Parts: sequence; C-alpha cells; structure tokens
Amino acid sequence: MRGGGLHRFANPGRFLRVADKALPWLTAGAFALVGAGLVWGAFFSPPDWQQGQAARIMYVHVPAAWIALWGYAALAAASAASLVWRHPLADLAAVEIGPVGAAFAAICLATGSLWGRPMWGAWWVWDARLTSMLVLLFLYLGHIALVRAFDDPNRGYRAGAILALIGAVDLPIIHFSVVWWNTLHQGNSISLFSAPSIYISMLWPLILATLGYSLGFAAIVLARLRAAVLERRLASLLMARAEEAERRSFAAAPLAAP
Amino acid sequence: MNPLPFIVASYAIAIVVPATLAAMAWLRMRRVERRLAALDPRALRRAAGRRRRGMAHE
Repeated sequence: MRGGGLHRFANPGRFLRVADKALPWLTAGAFALVGAGLVWGAFFSPPDWQQGQAARIMYVHVPAAWIALWGYAALAAASAASLVWRHPLADLAAVEIGPVGAAFAAICLATGSLWGRPMWGAWWVWDARLTSMLVLLFLYLGHIALVRAFDDPNRGYRAGAILALIGAVDLPIIHFSVVWWNTLHQGNSISLFSAPSIYISMLWPLILATLGYSLGFAAIVLARLRAAVLERRLASLLMARAEEAERRSFAAAPLAAP
Repeated sequence: MNPLPFIVASYAIAIVVPATLAAMAWLRMRRVERRLAALDPRALRRAAGRRRRGMAHE
C-alpha cells in the first residue's frame, strides 16, 4: 500500500525545499498571531464574571493544551507511517516532535497549576483531567527516552512508534475526562459541534493565540526536522570521506613481502 | 488572593519556553548548515540548484 500524495513530501530533498519556503512564513505568522492574541488577552479582553482577572491565564493555558494533544496526535501519525511504510523521514519526524510536544504539555500543566492556586486554593489535585494530562507528559518523556535507548537507532524508532501508538489511547481520555468523570477542572467551553460558551471578546484572542502557537509549533518542528535531515547528510558525507581516505591509504601502502 | 503574579508567571513561561525551543532549533539548523558548507560547499547549493532547474522545467 502506498501513501499516495504524502510520499512526495517524504522525499528528503523535496522536504528540504518545502521547509525552506514554509519556515519564514510559519515563523512570521506565529509571531504576529501569538503577539496579537496575548496582548489582546492580557490587556483588552474583559475579566471573567466568576474567575475575574485570573481567567487571563486561559490565553496561554488552552493553546498549550491544544498543542500538547495535537502534537501527540502528530507523533502517533508519524509513528504509524514509520511502522507501515518504514520511511526514515517519519522516524525523524517522531523523534523531533517528542521534545516540542513534551515542552507544551509541561507548559499546560505549569500554567494550569498557576491558574488552580488562586481559583481552587491548590497547586495540584488528582482530578481526571489533570492526571490524564500528566500521563501525556510521561508518554512524551517515555518516547524521548525510548527512541534514544538502543544502540541500533532503527530498533529505538520501532519501540518508540509502538509506545506512541499505544499511548494515543490517552487522547480521548483527556478530551472526555470532564464528561465521563466529575472533575474539579471545568468542562469544555469550545466544541466543534455547538456554540462556544464563552463571550466573543474572549473567544477571539483565544483563537488568535491558539492559531499562533500552532504555527509556532509547526515552525519549531520543521526547523528541528530540517536540522536532523541535514545532520544525516553530514554524517553520510563524513562516512564517505572516511571510506575514501581508507581506500587511498590502502592503495598507497607498499605490498608486504611474502 | 491577588492573581497578578500568577498571570505574569504563566505568560512568562508560555513565552520563554517556546522562544528557547525556537532559538535552539534555529541554532542547531545554522550549526549543521555551517559544518556542511565547510565540508562540501556544493552540498547546500545542490538543493537550490535543483529548485532552479525544477522551476525552469515548469
């Protein structure tokens, strides 16, 4: 089974050309949207009727949670592509998404904790949403450790891919935790299938910040992936040079007398 | 409880961590480009050459 159109972009040379073109746009878009969303959210959006000014933490907490979840979905997709098509670019993508996704999961937990302290009076509660999000951070950290734990990188990629696919079961648990269990964490304010339950002047900065952070995530992963592809080229170039030098030294050496 | 320190800390984390990640990715990219260019000046130009040829064919 072939990957159709996606295989065109999995060619490292083509990937480098696409990355060269996309990186400046993604970076500029991320700066503009994150800047606009955070300034709007911090200074110009109204305070929440119940939570007051502390609700402004939402403009950094929600985008971080969104990216941590979609980042893991991307990691699982790259892992599936790696297992099915055995494509080296999918392996590298999974390796490079891991640390970035882990950082956003950590930001989500840290900002959630900073939001919980003034609202709930506690830095942490073992609530279903918080605990399943902590499990996601551990899954990211486990993946980072596992792909680097083998002498043969390919075995590390396979093991990491299996862990990433099994761990994907945590994504619906995180999303539906506030529905399935009685949690201290509030329910979803935004849904694809119903009208948002937050005021429009709070929704827009949230959308801008989320889009901006999403572009930023894509830019960071693309830059890391581009660096990883070039590092592979460098390694193969160095190996070719070393083999060539070895061949020349053999050719130049006088034959030993019998 | 005054929420301001919590808001400032949250925004600081949400700006500094991604900015550090971006800076590290950019430095890593530039470092490998420099090493590649020093080892084989044609290696990086090859991709651009292919792009120009591709556009000419189009």
